[in-house]
Amino acid sequence: MNGIKLILRAVHHGEQHLVRELVAVAERHHTEHEIHHVATDLAGWSREHLQQVSDTARDYDLALTGPPDASSSGFLMTLTEQAAERAGCRPEPGLLLLRDLRELHLSASNNSLHWEMLAQAAQATKDDKLLELASACHPQTLRQVRWTNTMIKILCPQILTSL
Amino acid sequence: MDASVDGIAQPWGSRTPFGRHEPWPVRVDTHLAAGVEPGMVERWVQAASILHSDGDAMDIAVSGGHMVGVRGRSVDRVTRGRLGPKDLFGWQANASPDRLSRPLIRQDGRLVECDWNTAMERIVCRSKSLLDERGPGSIGFYTTGQLFLEEYYTLAVLARAGIGTNHLDGNTRLCTSTAAEALKESFGCDGQPGSYDDIDHADVIALFGHNIAETQPVQWMRILDRLEGRDPPRLVCVDPRPTQAARRAAVHLAPRLGTNVALLNALLHEILRTGRIDHDYITAQTVCFDELRARVKDCSPEWAAEICDVPADRIREAAEVVGSADRLLSTVLQGVYQSHQATAAVVQINNLHLIRGMVGRPGAGVLQMNGQPTAQNTRECGANGDLPGFRNWDNDQHVTELAKVWNVEPKTIPHYAPPTHAMQIFRYAEQGSVRMLWISGTNPAVSLPELSRIRSILAQDRLFVVVQDLFLTETAQLADVVLPAATWGEKTGTLTNADRTVHLSDKAVEPPGEAKPDLEIFLDYAARMDFRDKDGGPLITWHDPETTFEAWKRCSAGRPCDYTGLTYAGLRLAGGIQWPCNDEAPDGTERLYAHGISWARPEVCESYGKDLVTGATNSVVEYRSLNPDGKAMLKAADYLPPHEEPTEEYPFQLTTGRTIYHFHTRTKTGRAPQLNAAAPDVWVEVSAFDAGTLGFHEGDMMEVLTPRGGLRARLRSTDIRPGLLFVPFHYGYWDTPAGHRPDDSTPGRAANETTITDWDPVSKQPLFKTAAAALRLVERGDGASAPAPTTAASAPSRPGDVPATMGGPSARVSQVGDPARHRHQGDSE
Ligand code: SF4
Repeated sequence: MNGIKLILRAVHHGEQHLVRELVAVAERHHTEHEIHHVATDLAGWSREHLQQVSDTARDYDLALTGPPDASSSGFLMTLTEQAAERAGCRPEPGLLLLRDLRELHLSASNNSLHWEMLAQAAQATKDDKLLELASACHPQTLRQVRWTNTMIKILCPQILTSL
Repeated sequence: MDASVDGIAQPWGSRTPFGRHEPWPVRVDTHLAAGVEPGMVERWVQAASILHSDGDAMDIAVSGGHMVGVRGRSVDRVTRGRLGPKDLFGWQANASPDRLSRPLIRQDGRLVECDWNTAMERIVCRSKSLLDERGPGSIGFYTTGQLFLEEYYTLAVLARAGIGTNHLDGNTRLCTSTAAEALKESFGCDGQPGSYDDIDHADVIALFGHNIAETQPVQWMRILDRLEGRDPPRLVCVDPRPTQAARRAAVHLAPRLGTNVALLNALLHEILRTGRIDHDYITAQTVCFDELRARVKDCSPEWAAEICDVPADRIREAAEVVGSADRLLSTVLQGVYQSHQATAAVVQINNLHLIRGMVGRPGAGVLQMNGQPTAQNTRECGANGDLPGFRNWDNDQHVTELAKVWNVEPKTIPHYAPPTHAMQIFRYAEQGSVRMLWISGTNPAVSLPELSRIRSILAQDRLFVVVQDLFLTETAQLADVVLPAATWGEKTGTLTNADRTVHLSDKAVEPPGEAKPDLEIFLDYAARMDFRDKDGGPLITWHDPETTFEAWKRCSAGRPCDYTGLTYAGLRLAGGIQWPCNDEAPDGTERLYAHGISWARPEVCESYGKDLVTGATNSVVEYRSLNPDGKAMLKAADYLPPHEEPTEEYPFQLTTGRTIYHFHTRTKTGRAPQLNAAAPDVWVEVSAFDAGTLGFHEGDMMEVLTPRGGLRARLRSTDIRPGLLFVPFHYGYWDTPAGHRPDDSTPGRAANETTITDWDPVSKQPLFKTAAAALRLVERGDGASAPAPTTAASAPSRPGDVPATMGGPSARVSQVGDPARHRHQGDSE
């Protein structure tokens, strides 16, 4: 069952990474109001996923941490918020936003593949608990993927043609 | 019943009771200027109200070339002759001495008068240089919900096919975009499933965040008349304020702000648990039922009670009333549309109707209301972030069809992404990628959230702002060019109300000075820009209201909002007619889904749908697999907590809204003497409980503060839910020394100094109902009372303490019942 542990670790690591990225993007682009609010909401989904992964992992003798604290990055947040406000009325941060959305998209897609691997392994081993975990979380990951894709599609024509 | 009433003190007039399934009796309301007798009226000119979304049909009284009053049209299907206070008194604003009568341009920092040619050339010159240097994406248009269909359609063609910009939206984004989006999510297409006549047949009427008594007063009169008649309906009211509807309701739920999805999921849970559903309808007409059932499985009334802070038993009672209705009518407005998870919540109301099979029959309908009078027209014409004729921007076939109507190449029409919504247009302007913004008939410097931000965007040097309006509004004061527009009564055009009724509104008098109809202004611009079609002919071939209407009919043909059976002559003769009106339905269509769901098939639907939480768009492939046969979609949604919750520093929830005597940014209602006197200044409503605990009293001058800003207002203590503050929105600055913003002599008075920049990710409608705020005493009132009316939701909790709102002699309204009915009933009223 080492493969399962491996993939649980990968899922855990990926979701942890995505929480951090979503929170950072929400902070960095808090003058992009929709990005700010939705990214914050979506970080909540990944936190839920982490909770569920670490709960399930215990059954596999794997100690994975729960979700990171929502309010951990206070100081950094104020700094980036101020920077965002100053840069908020210039066009260049648009490029930065596109880059960040692309990164989010890749991270979420990465997680989606991991969930798929986990689901496949679960089916092969007839492990209902694992399958349940994957089917509870994977759809939300796909929604994260679609969101970043939609935002890129909407924003990039304006940003790339106005430079 | 031939009587006169004080139209301010009794805003809903006297009663004409009627029983269930009976026709609503006629009552003709008339208000004429002081000294004018009916015999002195030279002409009565047919029109319809543009002060709310009922589209109240009325005749304008003309004498000596001036408007001298109004009268309801007894033949009209929407009102049967009644008028609300805004209709009765609002027309006077047309003749205000401070109407704009000449164009203005900014010179050395000041706005100075000029002629039309100078003003238009300045706009054209800027448009052309921007098109050359920065492309069509540098030009944006922000219009309203108060022009006529012909004007929106022309604007949509010139913006989308002439300029080629994706940035065209209406202030209907603040007002009704959630209604449109939710209809698309559930039914695949915009278009009201219900009809106002459903009020006559329903046995239960559920009002969700809809203060109908104040926003659609005439339809409230209709409900009041039924409440006094045989077999009255039971009302369910969801509203945190003690509105008139709440006072008359069998069940009133006053939830915490931002928790509508939780409450609705609990109602769905209960209705499913008790099995009060229509299995046949669900199987035949809907998809995704299992998913909905699974999603609300754990949403018990107890669960929701915690979140919403309403008793679980009360939720159960509401579910019982709604679940046992045999004809259920629901109406929805800003309390849901402008709140957290707006679209997700509204879709759950559609779901309630779908699982109960309560669509498409008399009395069984949903009215996803509009706030503004012509909001529906912006949606049909594509002046609001949709494509004309409810076409799907993501469907190449639809774009090709539209390109054919306009005789342009499909790629001329931007459709690489959904049309840009208003909040995003302002964001682009803030960032500097939008360099010209043409604002027609709306006042964002008062109506958008976080006003200090909006003012700073509009005041930027690099942004060229054109404002087209009746008055030097707060926004116009920040413009580079101001164009004087004609309005209702001074121009001809059509408008469609919330239940799809199209009315013709005719010109009665001349506009002041050089002011012009909006249509003429847009046509002039298009001609000067020399927009061409793909064969080199002029892109815009029409030249007056009627030819524009005919052009629009061609664009609407075959779509749900099919106008091909309508003509100006027919509308003059018959009064209001509901679309679709075509060969198959020559008299119009009362209910869209009387014969099943008709516009959700993948090839015809207006949208492939969105994720109800993230707003991510679905692809045609996903849509096809979800809904291959074009049924109604039961989309479930989980509750998410609101983005701004009270804290120690900001302990209250703050909500804003419109009230009975004012509309939009008071540009007109603030200039109608009776309306202005009834609610002359902003106030803040605080619950009697909170006021008592904190030691505040009626009339105390308070400061309401949020992280964005603050305002000062006198306190009114009411039966609003504890922990909540209410501030009427759209008190601005034009009637203060400051002119367009707060300063030392004028503290903040606009509710939007305080509101948050956040919007529903699905409909992109800004949230005006979910701020957290602090309340601070500035000065004791010492006997003063708040300038809030006592007649409606702001009625004081202790009525004796405050003088009652009255209009006096200048507010007399004559109300005449139907003579035929009098004969029948022996004149007992
Ligand atoms: S006042 Fe505002 S919310 Fe109300 S109808 Fe007008 S735009 Fe809509």
